[in-house]
Amino acid sequence: MATTIIQTEKLVGKRIRRREDPRLITGTATYVDDMQMPGMHHAAIVRSPHAAAKIRSISIKAAAEAPGVVAVFTGKDTEKVGPVPCGASLPGLRVPHHYILAIDRVYLVGHPVAVVVATDRYLARDAADLVEVDWEVLPAVADPEKAIAPGAPPVHPQWPDNVAFVYNQEGGDVDKAFAEAEVIVKQRITSQRLIPSAMETRGVLAEWRGADRQMTLYTSTQVPHLVRTLVAGMLGLEENRMRVVAPEVGGGFGSKLNIYPEEALMGFVSMKIGKPVKWIESRRENFLCTIHGRGHVDYFEVAAKKDGTILGIKLKLIQDQGAYHQLLGPAIPTLSVLMMPGLYRTKNIRAEVIGVFTNCTPTDAYRGAGRPEATHGIERMVDILADELGIDPAEIRLKNFVHNEEFPFPTATGLTYDSGDYAAPLQKAMGIVDYTKLRAEQAAARKQGKLMGIGICTYGEICGFGPSPATPAGGWECGTVRVEPSGKVTLLTGSCHHGQGEETTFAQLAADELGVDIDDILVLRGDTAIVPYGIGTFGSRATAIGGTALYYAMQDLKVKMKKFGAIMLDSHDVSYANGQVVCNKMGKSVSFKEIAAASYRAMKLPPNTEPGLVSTHFWEPPNFTFGFGAHIAVTEIDPETGQITVRRYLAVDDCGNIINPLIVDGQVHGGVAQGMGQALWEQAVYDDNGQLVTGEYTDYTMPRAHMMPWIESQHTTTPSPVNPLGVKGVGEAGTIGASPSLVNSVVDALSHLGVRHIDMPLTPEKIWKLVAGGKN
Amino acid sequence: MIPQTFEYTAPKTLDEAMALLASGGKPLAGGMSLIPMMKLRLATPEHLVDLGRIKDLDYIREAAGELHIGATTTHYSVESSALVRGKCPLLSAAAGAIGDPQIRNVGTMGGSVAHADPAADYPAALQALEAKIVIRGAKGERTVSAADFFVDAFTTSLESGEVVREVVVPVEQAGTGTSYLKMPQPASGFAIVGVAVRVQRSGGKITLARIGVTGLSNIGYRAWAAEKALEGSAGSADDITKAAALVAQGIDANSDLHASADYRRHLASVYAARAITAAASKA
Ligand SMILES: Cc1cc2nc3c(=O)[nH]c(=O)nc-3n(C[C@H](O)[C@H](O)[C@H](O)COP(=O)(O)OP(=O)(O)OC[C@H]3O[C@@H](n4cnc5c(N)ncnc54)[C@H](O)[C@@H]3O)c2cc1C
Repeated sequence: MATTIIQTEKLVGKRIRRREDPRLITGTATYVDDMQMPGMHHAAIVRSPHAAAKIRSISIKAAAEAPGVVAVFTGKDTEKVGPVPCGASLPGLRVPHHYILAIDRVYLVGHPVAVVVATDRYLARDAADLVEVDWEVLPAVADPEKAIAPGAPPVHPQWPDNVAFVYNQEGGDVDKAFAEAEVIVKQRITSQRLIPSAMETRGVLAEWRGADRQMTLYTSTQVPHLVRTLVAGMLGLEENRMRVVAPEVGGGFGSKLNIYPEEALMGFVSMKIGKPVKWIESRRENFLCTIHGRGHVDYFEVAAKKDGTILGIKLKLIQDQGAYHQLLGPAIPTLSVLMMPGLYRTKNIRAEVIGVFTNCTPTDAYRGAGRPEATHGIERMVDILADELGIDPAEIRLKNFVHNEEFPFPTATGLTYDSGDYAAPLQKAMGIVDYTKLRAEQAAARKQGKLMGIGICTYGEICGFGPSPATPAGGWECGTVRVEPSGKVTLLTGSCHHGQGEETTFAQLAADELGVDIDDILVLRGDTAIVPYGIGTFGSRATAIGGTALYYAMQDLKVKMKKFGAIMLDSHDVSYANGQVVCNKMGKSVSFKEIAAASYRAMKLPPNTEPGLVSTHFWEPPNFTFGFGAHIAVTEIDPETGQITVRRYLAVDDCGNIINPLIVDGQVHGGVAQGMGQALWEQAVYDDNGQLVTGEYTDYTMPRAHMMPWIESQHTTTPSPVNPLGVKGVGEAGTIGASPSLVNSVVDALSHLGVRHIDMPLTPEKIWKLVAGGKN
Repeated sequence: MIPQTFEYTAPKTLDEAMALLASGGKPLAGGMSLIPMMKLRLATPEHLVDLGRIKDLDYIREAAGELHIGATTTHYSVESSALVRGKCPLLSAAAGAIGDPQIRNVGTMGGSVAHADPAADYPAALQALEAKIVIRGAKGERTVSAADFFVDAFTTSLESGEVVREVVVPVEQAGTGTSYLKMPQPASGFAIVGVAVRVQRSGGKITLARIGVTGLSNIGYRAWAAEKALEGSAGSADDITKAAALVAQGIDANSDLHASADYRRHLASVYAARAITAAASKA
């Protein structure tokens, strides 16, 4: 037994390269579409070309007789499969029965009406064209405000007003705040529909083994355990007879935080044909049949004093739900309401949310999920107020921030902000860009007829979703640490990361916590047969909750290690340090490997000693965590063409303690790119007939590398008291901060022309019209 | 991508290809326009004849004061060729403005002109260069001017069974200045508006002006009125603004999600003014 103490270098806080990247970058990772099985069949789905239509009849004869086709199923066959679930509950919520295949009516373009199963993917696709549907086309409505206007065609005939739900929330005394106001500013602000565009489209492979009564469902999802519970229920299968595996998942951004018809449909087909069956979503299907994000029309009113003190905020929020509720759809705008106060002290808030059915793709969680919309609104309103009062946008923010001594700060919307120093990132950002100098430069530029803008956004983000009472399916996370007999460490996490880098950050945590080599650590996730249970990765929660669950599991594991160490050293006075158990008196120690081997070999254990080295912890967070930050965008506008150049983009984010700065930078960069996409380019456009006009990447402007400015990423650090790691979350910060800072910047560039607000995306044509109009 | 079933042949010589095309085959070059349409089943060719293996279609040669560019020469080759850069910089500028590097590495000169996308970049340059298109058919070869080649959106004067064999552009003469400027449609990279300008100057006057415009209407066209206004002028800023204002004259401008007709027309004159100014400064 060695006596030397190994001083392991701490890994938390280091810019360690992502351990998952080699396989991702070299294209050798295993996604659903890479999986092959003996006897595997392929499915192609027949979808509605109409946004609203009755199905008079479906003829499957020609398809069923086509080469290679083994089965064709329509809604009549799948009628008994349970509906696609909506997990959100709101008082009075209208939930249309969401069959996995349409029965006699379709509600959106892309609505599945039949599935063709063949021995080959190409044959299945060819045969799908042979399914003949006799349609009676009905009028459709694709705009939420038009949908709730009198005389609009009903999406679901049983609810002719197209109202899916109404949700009201109020805090403080809003009427008094508005009565006492010295100034009130109002603005209609939209957050357009976006298409999440994960690089990997969805895909499902179902394998039913009748003799074992066992279903294995491989699906590209963020939430495998939830899929198991809910899809097993839809299929009438006992939950423990179903195993769900999320192999490599090529991005989700919320779009795979869902239960989709195809998951149950493939299960159904496999049970019917007794063979494995695979379906891979085409990009076109992905645009139409995977959830969209945002889709808000917001009417904001802000009451304030002349000195800029915000007294109260009113919001009427019209949420385009699409034709159905997907898993969390109706809950998303309620998150916007929670986030309405932003970082500001105001205690008087009133929100009225109207969820509206349209003949469009359902909306649901998309990176930020309700918070970017709220932040965009409030940060635009603060700028409008500043403009109205002639106060600098930075100054008005500093004036209204929650004070440092007020934490934990209860908001008017019922949240408790955990910790913060809200002025810090703004002041840091202003220092880095030399704000005063920039303003002087802007004034000089204006004199020469040049258009230059400086936009600030200070945002708050609800991270770490979340305490169970506030989440539809439990908000805890499960972590297991298993030391193998050889001393290797396997971490099992319920956080089903899909590109965020937890294979690296969790290993860093464990290497430090247990004092073992990071190369001895393997992180497993995404398989219900391996991980005891899990909630998943979304809502900037994986590290704050999943990481904490692992942290506590490791504490428990260390107790066990000490127990074995004490037996091996024959001493009661032992401690755990740097991957060994040390006898405090003698200085003797046993190594991690020795303890691991002994715990399983169990040769000399006293009676009643439990062998093995596995610890599992389910961690329930006492609160959300609240990240925050300040982004500054400097833009220039070509007055002749309306084109915008982002000259500088600085993000100063506070996400609490940082485990891996490289990964945090990556999250910020990706998030900013997505927020910039919304601000400048992306929009899902429907025509009046409910056809998606931007149905391909030739018309839907995804931001690409060459369109990006340099993104500077800086931080302030305010640890969270909510978890022992002091971490908050950063997965969505960039997306939340980017759109307001960019739009504020462009509006700022045009403010001297009388421009107060511009709806996204800021296309050059919109800008050109404003410049031309302003000059007249 | 799952297109409809099709046959595929990759002949090694143009003669073999011509025989296959005569029996109903469809040419495949870079596939950057054809394959996306096949993916959506908007195009359902039964037989693709890949021109990519025919060696003597991929070349850039100079002969008798002209550059000859073989049909399967990629956009990247045109963009990067020292010969084209030196002797016909307008064409390499247009090639370099196409899409993104992946597209330029695969897409071809012949495919682009044959496809005749109204927002493609080459047509503007080919009009300004008064280029010639050499067409090979069952009965032999014929040569048409760019002005006669582009007939309508996605329509050329190619007859069935014919292929573009090469494109011929003049070597730039001394005293010439050129420029190609475009506003790309942000999603696809195609031109919302693209303006190619070739001017010659002598004795303080613009003696020749050729202006090709793409993206604005159904085809890449020559802006005759603007050319005329410029020729004979001193090329002052004022002359340029006046001429540029005429580029969209009499044109039925396109309107879509990305730009209205009014905005496109406005952009055409802005880009024309900028391209003329840039070209004139080099002349
Ligand atoms: C994402 C994207 C962005 C793009 N951006 C731009 C852009 O900014 N500007 C631009 O100009 N273009 C752009 N393109 C189009 C690109 O330049 C294509 O390469 C070009 O239009 C077609 O050339 P190809 O060689 O790929 O032809 P293919 O796609 O193979 O063929 C196109 C058509 O021409 C026919 N054909 C091909 N060769 C011949 C020939 N020699 N004779 C007769 N017929 C022939 C084919 O039968 C087919 O009908 C873009 C394409 C994509 C996918």
